[in-house]
Order: sequence, then C-alpha cells, then structure tokens
Amino acid sequence: MLWLIPALPIVAAGIAALLKQPRRKTAASLAIGSMLGSLFVSLVAFVYVVAGSAHGGVVRETYNFTWIQTGAAQVDLGWVLDPLSAVMMLMVSFVGLLIFIYSLGYMAEDENFTRFFCFLSLFAGAMLGVVISNSLLLLFMCWELVGLTSYLLIGFWYQKPSAAAAAKKAFLTTRVGDVFFLLGIVWLFSQTGTLLFYNGGAGSMEPLNLLWLAANPSGWGLTAAGAIGLLIFAGAAGKSGQLPLHVWLPDAMEGPTPVSALIHAATMVAAGVYLIAHVYPLMHAGMPAGGTTIALQVVTWVGASTAVFAALIAVAQNDIKRILAYSTVSQLGYMMAGLGMGGVAVGMFHLITHAFFKALLFMGAGSVIHGCHEEQDIRRMGGLKSDMPTTFLTYAIGMLALCGFPLFFSGFWSKDGILEAATHWDISKGPFYMLAFGALLTAFYMTRQVSYVFFGNWRGHGHAHESPAVMTRPLAVLAFFAIALGAIGTPAWPWFRGFIEGRAVEVDWAGFAEPGLMTLMLVSSTIVLLGLGLGVWIYGSKTVKADAPDALEKAIPPVWTVLQNKFYVDELYDATVIAFYAWWAKVADWLDRRVWGGAVAGVIWLFGGGAQLSRLTDVYWVNGGFDKGCEELTNSGGLLSRVQSGKVQTYLRLLALAVVVLAAILIWSSRG
Amino acid sequence: MTPLGGYLLVAALLFAIGLAGALTRRNAILVLIGIELMLNAANLNLIAFWRFSPHPEALTGMMFAIFSIAVAAAEAAVGLGLVISIYRHARTTDLDKMNRMKG
Repeated sequence: MLWLIPALPIVAAGIAALLKQPRRKTAASLAIGSMLGSLFVSLVAFVYVVAGSAHGGVVRETYNFTWIQTGAAQVDLGWVLDPLSAVMMLMVSFVGLLIFIYSLGYMAEDENFTRFFCFLSLFAGAMLGVVISNSLLLLFMCWELVGLTSYLLIGFWYQKPSAAAAAKKAFLTTRVGDVFFLLGIVWLFSQTGTLLFYNGGAGSMEPLNLLWLAANPSGWGLTAAGAIGLLIFAGAAGKSGQLPLHVWLPDAMEGPTPVSALIHAATMVAAGVYLIAHVYPLMHAGMPAGGTTIALQVVTWVGASTAVFAALIAVAQNDIKRILAYSTVSQLGYMMAGLGMGGVAVGMFHLITHAFFKALLFMGAGSVIHGCHEEQDIRRMGGLKSDMPTTFLTYAIGMLALCGFPLFFSGFWSKDGILEAATHWDISKGPFYMLAFGALLTAFYMTRQVSYVFFGNWRGHGHAHESPAVMTRPLAVLAFFAIALGAIGTPAWPWFRGFIEGRAVEVDWAGFAEPGLMTLMLVSSTIVLLGLGLGVWIYGSKTVKADAPDALEKAIPPVWTVLQNKFYVDELYDATVIAFYAWWAKVADWLDRRVWGGAVAGVIWLFGGGAQLSRLTDVYWVNGGFDKGCEELTNSGGLLSRVQSGKVQTYLRLLALAVVVLAAILIWSSRG
Repeated sequence: MTPLGGYLLVAALLFAIGLAGALTRRNAILVLIGIELMLNAANLNLIAFWRFSPHPEALTGMMFAIFSIAVAAAEAAVGLGLVISIYRHARTTDLDKMNRMKG
C-alpha cells in the first residue's frame, strides 16, 4: 500500500506531461489531487505507526522484492514504514500540498502553468520515493530523479540565462556529491551483499551486517562502516548544501518561489539529512563507549562550520530570497551537527520544524515579491506591515521560529535540542560555540531582513498589495504548525524523540529539571534576544534611502565586502575547478580532433589511396591492357585481312600452294 | 610407243603452264585461257591413262574426255559471259583492279 504514496504524484506528473499546454485546471487538479491522496495514505500510515509504538518497541514494516538476480547475487528493492519514514512522509506530503495550493495563486499568470505542475508532481513523487525507500539503490534512483526535477524547476524560466546557468550549477554540484554516494553504495554492496536497510535481520542497517562492517578496517584508521558512511555523507553534503558543495543553493533562487519553498527549504535539501538519519546505524557502528565514530565527528564539524559560514554570508545579502537561501544552508548545518552529536531524533526534529517555518518564510517572501510586483531587492521594499498585514503576521511568526525565540515557537525547542546535544558532546566544545554564534547571527540577519522589508519607509515603485487568499491561507496553516510543533519536542513531553526511538513517553514536567537544561535554555534565549536587539538597534524602524549603503557596511566595509561576495567561494571554484575542467575539456578536444581525428583521417587517406591505386590499376593496367589487346587483335585482324586482297588470283595462288603442300605430304607419308 | 610417263609429263607441263597463266595474268581472258589449258591437260591425262589401261578398246576413256571437253566449253562460255558483264561494269578487264571484296 505504501507504494501509492509516491506513485500517485508520479502518475499525475505523467498524465500532465502528456497534456497540451493550456490545460491549467486539469494539471493543477491532478497535482493537488494526487498530493491529497498521498497525504491521506501518509496519515493512515502515520497513525498506524503511532498506534504500534504506543505499545513500546519500534514499528518497522518492510516490503522487499527482488529486482535483479544474477547468479548468487541479487539486488532487492523495497519500502519501509517506520517512525522515521512515517513522520517524514507526512511532513513532505503536507507541506507539499500546501505549496501546491500556494502555487495556484503564485503561478496564475505564468503561461507554463501546466509544465510547472507536471514537474512539481514529479518532484513530489520522487521525494516521497526517497522517503519510503528501504533500499539504498531505490533511494539513489529517486535521489537522482529529485536532482533532475530540481534542475528542471530551477531552470523553469529557461529563457533567462542566469536561471539556466543556476540549474546547471545545481545539477553538477550535487553530481559531485553523488559520485561519492555511488561509490559508498557499491562498496556497501560488495561488503554486505545487500542494499536493503532492513530485511528481517539480514539488511545492511541491521546488527549482523553492522558488526561485520564495523570490524572491517579499510585504511586511514577508518572502519569500512566509517568509510562508507563518509562517502554517503559526501552525497548528502552535495544535496544538502554543506560547506564545500553549498554553492548551488543560493543560485537556485532563480527558480520560482514555490520551488524555492518546496525544494530548497523543506524537502530536497532535507533529503540529505534524511539520508544520514537513515544510515545513522552505519555511521554510528563501532562507536566506543562515551566517544563517537570518526564519521559522526566529520558530520558534526562540517555541519557546524556550514552553519556559521552561511550565517555570516546571510548578513550581507540584499536579495530577499538569497538571505533565506543562506539561512537554509546554515540551518542544514545545524541539522547535520544535531545528527552528529545528538542522534537521529535531534536532527530530525529540527528538520521537521525547519521545513514548516522555512516553507512559511519562503512563501511569505513569495507573497512579498508578488505584492511588490516582482521586486526582490530588500532595499527597494519597506513599510509593508501596513500594506500586507497577513503576510507580515505569518512572516513574523516564521522569523521568530527560525531565530528560536523562546518558548512559544517550535524553532526554539528544536534548536535547543541541538545545543543541548552540543553541550554534552565530549570531543570538543567547538561546535557548541559555533552553533551559538550562528544562532546570534541568525537572529541578527533575520531582524535586518524584517526591518528592511516590513518596517521603515516604502522605497519601491508603484503600490504594494496583499496577496490573494489562495496564497495567504497556506501561510496561515504553516504559521500555526510553526508554533504548534514545538509542543512535541519539549523536554516535558519528548514525544518526537520517543516516537523515533520507539519508546512511549508521557508528559513529565520534571523533564525541565534536568541538570543544566534550564541554564542552557536561558543561555540560548539570551543569545536570541541579543541578536534581535542588535538588529533592532542597528536597523530598527529607520527611514533609509533605497541606494544608501547598509549601516553595517558603513561601519566595517572590508568585512562587509567579503561577506557580500560570499567569501569569494564561487570565484575560487571558478579559478580552480572550473578552470581545470575547461583546460581538461580543451585537452580532450585536442585529443579528439588531432589524435583520433588524425587517426580517422589517416585511415581515410589510406583507403582513399587504396581507392586511387585501384582506380589507376583499373584505368591503366586493366583497361589499358584490355584496350591494347583489342588493338592488337584489330591490328592483326587488319594484317590478316590484307590477305583478302579481293583479287581472285591471289586466292587461287594460295589454293594451289595448299594443294601442292597437301600432295607432298600425302606422297611422302605413303612413301615413308 | 612412247611410255606413259612421257604423256603424263607433257600433261603436267601443260597443266603447270595453264596454272601459271591463270594465277599470274592480269587480263581476265588470259586467265580463262589458262583455265582452258588446265582442263586440256587433264583431258590428255585421261586419254593417256585410257590408252595404257588394260581395256583400251572400251570407249570409257574417250567418253570421259569428250564430256570433259563439253563441260570445258560450257564453262568457258559462262566465264566469258561473266567477264563481259564485269567489263560492262568496270570498263576494264584488269583483274588487279577487281578488289571490291577486299577485306
């Protein structure tokens, strides 16, 4: 039954692909209808899992089937229903449905409406495929499909060269990660003979195989489990925009805002985090007591660095979507760090809450862009809180959730979970400080953004207007969840953690009394309020001119330039990787044209020469010989014909001669 | 009596002269004469062999020779007729000039 969940949207995409262009209602209803169906099935599955885990123990149902069988080895595919996948599929289908409805309004004036919904459905189907997959291979296939649809959707307005370039960049950068991912998959298959996660004890995530992998050394002090885990993390790093491979996410904002909301906030980028959560047993295998594996350490450090790095860049950006994009990269870093330090529940909780409030923020940004007539530069907005009240309210809720404003907002509880894991991490306190600094920066840049956009004076042209209900209602729903989801992650009722780990939990206010917890909550609240305060102090409700330099820019210009230019990472890549690749492409071109082309030309020359030789032989030797022969014949005929003089007497002379000869012969033969 | 060989020799000589004439003369009529000579030489041979045969009184040889003479005469007439018709056409009897059949 589970297969329906991704199948419905994919079928919808297929049907929509065959429709002729301006069939808006059909395409939209197909897409939304299929998402509704998926949501319904996800809800049923979720309820099933909840009911199952209420009795304690992890519910895990799988359905596996053999896809390819070659001799002794076989490749299985399958899907799994366990707490992790249940909660993820519910989130994906719910947020997806809301974004689909939002897109009805946002893309209403676009002429490629049908194509948009077709791609959206295909994406949704692929993402749900990633979520329910029980086999690394099926996951990888859907992963690639997700990457493809991301490419299609980022480059949706393909006539814009910047959009086409951004789509290409996204695809290629994630591809770099995917190469390592594939290597990890192949290695895992060769070591364990199976790519299934759970297979009644024989799966690759199950203790039997894990023990074997963990005991197997592979070089550089890593076990096989660690090395495979790192390779898989490389794939996740590409998809989720971790530090070296983050360059595609901000450029991906070239796509329409619903795309940014769905793919690059809530779901696709979360796929990387989900993957690591899924293979967590692998990364965690062989963990010495009280310590952690190398794989998890790498995940943590990369995550923490990304969090700070991206937050720094976000401070100096002026495009409303770019700020949110860098914010996403930063929050993904948080999630990875959470996974590394605190385990699956911690990272996943932040993923779920982040999905809701980031989608909310992006959709709010889309509403703002729509209301300001396609303006995206925050220096040309302002004072929108009176013109677009619903958008302002929901955006503010989303922003406070992202900053982790104490107590009421889900972001606070999820981020706190990560910070708590960081304080308990014995390897180093570095990540904690980095993440705390990141939280400060997050509050700061979000305040900057909100004050530029919603407060102050209107610096744009024309008049801003509120968005239609079809766009604002999903915003309201998401805002509700941004607040409400906090309830399932508080220390008093850690339902989420219990659900993932298969324990039943009850409301226990004593959970707040855990040592160090109150101090931590206080510390993080202070950090958030500090960041908010700083932002209000520097930016506040000031009236600013559209072209005036940013207040911070005036204060620390060199730092600002570095931040605004994204630490020059793109330029670095251009100079090194891209330059190397261009050089290599030239070499390959030279090789192709000179060496192989030369070889082909040589062969042609050889054949041509042979043909010429053959022709010459034919003309001079064969023809000539034949002609000469005929000539000689003719000549000899001519010669012979001279015998025929036409004169009778000549003939008679010959005749007489012949008779004499004959007689002589006869006489001499009879005599002898 | 002269031996047979003598008659044969004469006949052979006559034949040779006739042949020479038929083969080398340019004038068509002279060729015909040569042919006549050859025929007469053949006749002489016939008569000689008749006379020296075991039955010289049977008239077979003489009949043979008379037939031959008659045939020679007829053939000469035909030949002359041909020569005349050629002369009417070519205005000459020079055989060297009659090479229309030249290949």
